[in-house]
Amino acid sequence: MTVELKNVTKSVGGVEHIKPVSLRLETGHFNVLLGETGAGKTSLIKLMAGLDKAASGQILINGQDVTRLNPQKRNISLVHQFFVNYPHMTVYDNIASPLKVAGMAKSEIRDRVEEAAKILQLEPMLARRPQELSGGQQQRCALARAIAKESSAVFLDEPLANLDYKLREELRDQLPELFAGRGAVVVYATSEPEEALLLGGHTALMHDGTVTQFGPTAEIYRNPKNLASARVFSNPPINAAPITKQGTQARLNANVKWELTGKAADLADGEYTVAVRPHYVSPIRHSAAHVPLTGTVQVTELSGSESSAHFTLGAESWVSLAPGVHPYRVGEDHEFFMDPSKCFYFAPDGALVA
Amino acid sequence: MKTENQKAWFFVLPVLLLVAFNALIPMMTVVNYSVQETFGDNVFFWEGLGWFEQILRSDRFHAALGRQFLFTGMILIIEIPLGVIIALSMPRKGFWVPICLVTMALPMLIPWNVVGAMWNIFTLPDIGLLGYFMNHTLGIDYNMTQDPLAAWITIIVMDVWHWTSLVVLLSYAGLVSIPDAYYQAAKIDGASNWSVFRYIQLPKMKQVLTIAILLRFMDSFNIYTEPFVLTGGGPGNSTTLLSIDLVKIALGQFDLGPAAAMSLIYFAITLLVSWLFYTLMTQNDQK
Repeated sequence: MTVELKNVTKSVGGVEHIKPVSLRLETGHFNVLLGETGAGKTSLIKLMAGLDKAASGQILINGQDVTRLNPQKRNISLVHQFFVNYPHMTVYDNIASPLKVAGMAKSEIRDRVEEAAKILQLEPMLARRPQELSGGQQQRCALARAIAKESSAVFLDEPLANLDYKLREELRDQLPELFAGRGAVVVYATSEPEEALLLGGHTALMHDGTVTQFGPTAEIYRNPKNLASARVFSNPPINAAPITKQGTQARLNANVKWELTGKAADLADGEYTVAVRPHYVSPIRHSAAHVPLTGTVQVTELSGSESSAHFTLGAESWVSLAPGVHPYRVGEDHEFFMDPSKCFYFAPDGALVA
Repeated sequence: MKTENQKAWFFVLPVLLLVAFNALIPMMTVVNYSVQETFGDNVFFWEGLGWFEQILRSDRFHAALGRQFLFTGMILIIEIPLGVIIALSMPRKGFWVPICLVTMALPMLIPWNVVGAMWNIFTLPDIGLLGYFMNHTLGIDYNMTQDPLAAWITIIVMDVWHWTSLVVLLSYAGLVSIPDAYYQAAKIDGASNWSVFRYIQLPKMKQVLTIAILLRFMDSFNIYTEPFVLTGGGPGNSTTLLSIDLVKIALGQFDLGPAAAMSLIYFAITLLVSWLFYTLMTQNDQK
């Protein structure tokens, strides 16, 4: 099964919420929509689900053009960030509701509801009402409804956002297994880069109403196509700074310079942007090739296994993330070391060049 | 260690005082009248439960009580569904929301006796806008001052005009608190408008509707000013509701004893029915 978008756009009151998006989402793995709040994930899901009409472009489910079809004719399911269940129906009736509307035979409804309840460990709660369940169970009930329906596509719009940390981890671990082998195209929207990496599959990076990059998750994490994609797919935020390239030398400021190697060395002289992930900026010099940077520490966070420091580097704010506990003092200058072999170089238009 | 003393009473005292002055003491004066006979000059004779017996046995009371239940029943049957329907058809966002809300609230802002007077003038057969239009333009024989049926229709329409807004506003408050996500889920399921109403909107409105029904019951059961100004209880006794009858006995005939007994019976019925409503409607939740 597939969900395909061809140059789909959406505008509200003359403002483009979704700029032309083309995507081909397939079954067999999770399709993650990753982007910050307001990037257009929910808007895009609403378009695919048929809750909003696209201004232009085409949406195909299994090759069939559904652009003008109502949501109920698209055979899809949607699980929200809020726990949406019918309040005065039992869990059983909630899971069964889309099947009943579809006019399925009673015995088949029972089989499907029981199967979904078993997978989601809701069997003891089938006779209860949603408000008698915990948040995690309510969301599992919503998920069971999506599973029992056996739809062509399941849209999960930040389904774990309102759960506490422990439940979120637990349910996130179960999710890929839950949908494995079901044939539905699973689309999962999230604003957390870690979630995309943990769920694997493919990821579409969204920024400012459009998809900046799409591909196997690990691959696009390793090779961001442009600066926007690199920023979306990094937590803590990726460090970036303007540099000047002259010959084989990159110059960030009067004190920070380094020799370029490989592809970067072959670039034409001029202005570029360098970006490096926080864990390649360390307070310890692991190799002579690492570039020393001096910055004023602004904020530090210790998590026990890692220490992070936000420091100013000229006009930019950078972050270093290093294993172990490091004694930073806020307000004081500290020396950090950047691994130049892990740097991305972007042209002034944002495209990755090396 | 556990200390036991009587200090807690001090903390309840303010509430007890408030309730005493607010409700108990005024009511006790009525209780006082209800068991005595007076001929003025502050001379009282013990009557026991005689007045109560007299009221409960009187045909006049039965008739007024019957009219009262008929009136309140009609009010609830019309205003609750109508209010819900209007609330459902009101826009939930955008330019028209404040306009609708203010328009809805307007009738409730008009003082009760003004409502009665307005409708009286409005419906008078020869000079009233509606009365004249009905009789002379449409040719329908409509005279609420002489025809009991016309009088009944008029007081009910007046109350519907005055108070349906309350049901509308309460239901609307319940409706707008439903997140969009529910409607989206229903759309994806392909649920019909009726299912959306039955399984999403009605359950979510249930609590405010309970309050709306209670308020409309109590208000319409105790109604006095509007029908009194409009019809004065007539023609004949046809629109003499309980409160109008009560005032006739107390201030018209100056029968303070029977009037006091009737007030207490009236109060007991209101309390009992409200309690029944509330218990029945909230019991369903626990099931």
